[in-house]
Amino acid sequence: MTLRTLVSSIALAGAALSPAAFAQQKLVPAQSSVGFTIKQMGVPLQGQFKQFDAQVQFDTAKPETSKIQFTVATGSATMGSKETDAEMPKATWFNVASFPQARFESTAVKALGGGKYQVDGKLSIKGQSQNVSVPVTLTQTGATTMAAGTLPIKRLTFKIGEGEWTDTSMVADDVQITFKLALTGVGKI
Amino acid sequence: MSSKSITTHAPARYTATAKLLHWILALALIAAIGMGLYMVSLSFSPQRLKLYNWHKWLGVSILALSLLRLGWRLANKPPALPAAMQARMPAWQHKAHHGTHHALYALFFLVPLLGWAYSSAAGFPIVFLGLVPLPDWVPVSPALAETIKPLHQWSAYALAGLIVLHIAAALKHQLIDRDGLLLRMLPERRG
Repeated sequence: MTLRTLVSSIALAGAALSPAAFAQQKLVPAQSSVGFTIKQMGVPLQGQFKQFDAQVQFDTAKPETSKIQFTVATGSATMGSKETDAEMPKATWFNVASFPQARFESTAVKALGGGKYQVDGKLSIKGQSQNVSVPVTLTQTGATTMAAGTLPIKRLTFKIGEGEWTDTSMVADDVQITFKLALTGVGKI
Repeated sequence: MSSKSITTHAPARYTATAKLLHWILALALIAAIGMGLYMVSLSFSPQRLKLYNWHKWLGVSILALSLLRLGWRLANKPPALPAAMQARMPAWQHKAHHGTHHALYALFFLVPLLGWAYSSAAGFPIVFLGLVPLPDWVPVSPALAETIKPLHQWSAYALAGLIVLHIAAALKHQLIDRDGLLLRMLPERRG
């Protein structure tokens, strides 16, 4: 066997043996949640998005090569009150008709140690984009990896609440987005 | 300084504190009821959000002030009706006099408590003046909220009705009976 063939064989063998790191990583929506907290004249109110999806390619050995894509159906927002739920899809708020999805795409992932990671990326809602950086904590129980974190955003950056609703003494600018994503197929951290 | 039509024996008056609480709460109650009637007719808007919250803050203030007022009343017995007036009063009017005041006191507490419970059950905790969170003492439950809502509404209507009755009775005493009873709740005249 020539040296070249030997090297190729070893390379091929290596490729075949390396973990198929991204092949089967999946989000388990039933065990996941994406919620938000707002303040209305000081009153804290919670909401959640019922429909969301994630494409995750997380390499535990080399986290910096990981990629996360996360989408949320803006029309699935609910705050537990029929009237509020009827308002949110309107143009003043999420404008679901024109912008049915909110999206996050990671640009960088850094391991901070102890299951903590810093994920940078672009958040797009209602046609507006912003670079954000969110700390994510991973915990593993059996075959499931839970990725959890909180991302504070300013709703006016994304034009959520226009016209008379830009008044932040009515609805505060600060909104906390809290997520808990259950993933399968992620290697041991 | 009394006119011919007022009885020779001026009825004993309420304390200055009792009078102050009476008039402050009278204004507060009328404002709260007025807000309540108006705000429910508005559609979803910042104005409605403001009014709902101001209504709740006022309601909570009424609850606290009414507690003070009740405490004061228990410690400072209000003036009895003048003997002559009591003798002149038919039994039903006597019952109405006491009954209305007792019912008013009961509603001063019941109406705001129901309102607070309704707000909590509906998932909107009350944050007084937007700064001080008040505890939820009922669970968050849409079904419970739906049950409490008409109770708050109807007890508020009852309160409004009794206030009207109370005002009418006071005016009756002042303008028809001309017995100076109203003076008991007004600031003392000097000279």
